[in-house]
Amino acid sequence: MEHIRTPKVEQVRLLDRSAGQRKASVGTLYLSATHTIFVENNPETRRETWVLHSMVSSVERPPSTPTGSQLILRCKDFRVFHIFIPQERDSVDVHASLVRLSRPEKYSELYCLSFNPNVNKEEREESWNFTDLTADYKRMGVPNNLWVATAANSEYRVCDTYPSELFVPKSATPAIIVGSSRFRSRGRFPALSYFHQDTLAAVCRCSQPLSGFSGRSQEDEMMLQAVMKSNPGSDYIYVVDTRPKLNAMANRAAGKGYENEDHYTNIKLQFIGIENIHVMRSSQQKIIDVGEMRAPSMTDFLWGLENSGWLKHIKAVLDAGVFIARAVADEGISVLVHCSDGWDRTAQACSVASILLDPYYRTIKGLMALIEKDWVSFGHKFSHRYAHLDGDPKEVSPVIDQFLECVWQLSEQFPCAFEFNERFLIAIHTHVYSCQYGTFLGNCQKERRDMRLCERSHSVWPQLWKDRAEYANPLYKAELSQSQGVLRPNTTPYCFKMWKGLYNHVEKSTPPRQSPADFLAAVKEESQQLEEELTNHQEVPPGGPTHQQQGSRQEDSNPDGEANHMGEGGGSEEDD
Amino acid sequence: MEFAEHIKTANVEDVVLRQPLHPPSRGTLCITGHHLLFSDREESSSRQVLLLLRNIDAIEKSVENLLGYPGFFSNAGHSERMSGSSGTITIKCKDLRVLQLDIPGMEQCLNIAHSIETLSCLDSVSDTYPFFYRPTDLSLEDQWDLSSPEKHYSQMKELHERWRLSSVNRDYLVCASYPPAVIVPHSIDDDTLKKAAKFRQGGRFPILCYYHRKNGMVIVRSSQPLTGANRKRCKEDELLLQAVIDGSDKGYIIDTRSSQQAQQARMTGGGFESKSCYSRWKRLHRQMERGKSLQESLIKLVEACGDESHNMDRWLSKLENSKWLSHVQTALSTAGLLAECVERDGHSVLVHGSEGTDCSLLISTLAQLIMDPHCRTMEGFLALLEREWVQAGHPFQHRCAHSAYSHARLQQESPVFLLLLDCVWQLWRQFPLALGFSEALLLRLASQTRRRPNTLKRFRRK
Repeated sequence: MEHIRTPKVEQVRLLDRSAGQRKASVGTLYLSATHTIFVENNPETRRETWVLHSMVSSVERPPSTPTGSQLILRCKDFRVFHIFIPQERDSVDVHASLVRLSRPEKYSELYCLSFNPNVNKEEREESWNFTDLTADYKRMGVPNNLWVATAANSEYRVCDTYPSELFVPKSATPAIIVGSSRFRSRGRFPALSYFHQDTLAAVCRCSQPLSGFSGRSQEDEMMLQAVMKSNPGSDYIYVVDTRPKLNAMANRAAGKGYENEDHYTNIKLQFIGIENIHVMRSSQQKIIDVGEMRAPSMTDFLWGLENSGWLKHIKAVLDAGVFIARAVADEGISVLVHCSDGWDRTAQACSVASILLDPYYRTIKGLMALIEKDWVSFGHKFSHRYAHLDGDPKEVSPVIDQFLECVWQLSEQFPCAFEFNERFLIAIHTHVYSCQYGTFLGNCQKERRDMRLCERSHSVWPQLWKDRAEYANPLYKAELSQSQGVLRPNTTPYCFKMWKGLYNHVEKSTPPRQSPADFLAAVKEESQQLEEELTNHQEVPPGGPTHQQQGSRQEDSNPDGEANHMGEGGGSEEDD
Repeated sequence: MEFAEHIKTANVEDVVLRQPLHPPSRGTLCITGHHLLFSDREESSSRQVLLLLRNIDAIEKSVENLLGYPGFFSNAGHSERMSGSSGTITIKCKDLRVLQLDIPGMEQCLNIAHSIETLSCLDSVSDTYPFFYRPTDLSLEDQWDLSSPEKHYSQMKELHERWRLSSVNRDYLVCASYPPAVIVPHSIDDDTLKKAAKFRQGGRFPILCYYHRKNGMVIVRSSQPLTGANRKRCKEDELLLQAVIDGSDKGYIIDTRSSQQAQQARMTGGGFESKSCYSRWKRLHRQMERGKSLQESLIKLVEACGDESHNMDRWLSKLENSKWLSHVQTALSTAGLLAECVERDGHSVLVHGSEGTDCSLLISTLAQLIMDPHCRTMEGFLALLEREWVQAGHPFQHRCAHSAYSHARLQQESPVFLLLLDCVWQLWRQFPLALGFSEALLLRLASQTRRRPNTLKRFRRK
């Protein structure tokens, strides 16, 4: 509260182009500990706009004009709010408060630790078990006689950014694991990410070897040998280095680098060429600018798209996934994936490959499990990458944005293969940034355990699952041959589109977009209701039919889940 | 004319057909006067390709004598064959398909290639396939009835008060490219029309093409007025246009050329409606590309699509460089402007460029799709195309003689109709629930117009 100098400003004008507004509406602005709230004056609508402080990526204050001064609020979900404040003094205060509130310095300031959805303690504890990774490995058929659980990393002794429970090749002894981890950047030794039951080939992940120009480690070589031996059908493995070869070579000067094919027998090294987080950060800024262009000419738009390089990067990530999926499913060869530290590009490549390989990950629950596995548990640095706390801006990068976009591009190519729609992906994107739930907080499992997040916050997955009706894709047909088995996408450049739903809010709402999927969902729901009514009529003896099915249709709720916390708990805070 | 003289080899066995995204198949190739037929003659899951020769845009042939250069130019596939020589014909179709045929025997290959080259571009219209095509379930009499000005007029009762059906063009004497019956203002008699027609290029005097029920405003189209360098006037033309906006304070003219282009047109006898002579009309210029530059744009686009480097930057820059999407954007925004003039501002609009047979039709068609839900039904859309393109005299045969692959020197080729289909597709993408037809109809229309430009109509008239 100490950061809020002016909790309430009247006669403020707010322009939200992303909601289709052309003219600013007049109302009152409130600052609470967690939200910026704008309430329209218009007594008929009294529309409320809630912006979570942690969703604000920047607050700009352009020079004042005679009519008042302006604040531009840019959000992490790419929405932009223009706020016009009559008194300059107020605008200075609001600006200062928002700058401070949108950049929390400690975890304890974060919303998820004060956010309290209507659930009791048991339900909260239960919520953390919603995605069960052990069950997911079991679903893949692990452990088995090829892959076994290892206790090597219990209490995070060997690698503090890995999960405590891991699966490794059966022939990998603890000595090999520890030796291999000493030879890998940040101790991230090769561990199982996905096991493909049909071919017995596996996707494993690790970080770059500390090979420099000539270094080698017997244990690490044995580890890779063990990975190969755990696939009875092949006599070599692919080592996929997702970096451009030049970057990998440059790393050798720093005592890191990539596997020397002379030292490791039976490996085939493959470079994919996904650029580093810094390139991606500036590329995304450019595509955001393209999305914000107002009435661009075709040349401006296409040039902006090309110049951003964004789709090129998306294609590189998808290409990596396609390479791995093809090796595993078509050739039956196991793949070991790494980049530098093995927590950004490796997570992207492994999870895209899993989506292509396994229809389960194309369901709502499956995608949750996949993100929980390849991203949360394997130590993707959420808090650094998505700027949960005020920190080094060079650590920030849209890594998971790119994964979600790859899934979206795939769903455009295979419209019947995914159980969820675009809104689900956008909702996950929002919550990765929002800090409303504890799921994505921190940078690794150990950090989350030390913060006791399970006791102090809630998991996002049960909440998303509760709203699954809104996220369902009515075209999804699990039994369709296209939806089954391995997806083989076309990755020629013209198959990639700009994700308007995420980057172009302006166009999304003016004029209201027609969505055949929503239309279909409504028709489906209606016919279901009619069928229910019909059965009711048939069951009830003549003379006394009951009508209880009516009015169960949901109102169109706000697509990014903003409506969820409308009016909740804010009252007392504003007055402070 | 006998087609047989062009066919030296009618049948070849053991031909291999390769197509992208299909496994190669081996079978028999057959050439007839109008078609190329390939069949693998398998009992189950047989694969047949029936290709209209007219659909072929360009062919490339390469023959080799295996005795001299064993397998030198060949794919792995041929060298297995032990015959003396063989050849490959690559066929690029106007609907942008590409087929490759490996034919054993050099002579046979050359014969086939020669037949395709000759038969795919016969000059005489009456030798083309529509004159030979006899669908079993249709008779010639009743299928031309999809839409006509007569029918259009009779359906629009609201129109009858101020507009009439004129048969001034009964024998195509006033305007060769107009239908026999046209809809014109009631107050204008046929003599005035005849005089006005002399003042418009190709005799295309202003006629009604759309009536907006909501406010009674109309879209009228024509060709450019022949004002020439010394600013000629035509009283009848001015009268005719005055009658169009009778009772309303003003009308808009959307000229699909830039104002500079319109000025320049006066040097060659064309021109535009000057403010002093048509005081109640306001001219708006929207430059739209047509003719050669549109064709070149399509060629670049197809080339970009065929790029095999899989490089995102190269694709986007080639796409941008082709300018095709810019043309799509211009067409849609100009049509949007037209619709706004009629629907929002409540004024009648005259559309023309120079000949009034290309961009004018494109704009008026799109505007009708935008404003009139009936045009967005399957039946309404086909009727719209019949009225606005076939009957309105779009020179399909000249515009669609060649497509993006042909090496023939460009003459009057221009993919305006394809541009229209692309614009409709874009509308469908933006309003997926608003159209009563799907992409499949648009694709079919695109390939039909390429294969056999709709010429029957013109000939029936003459």
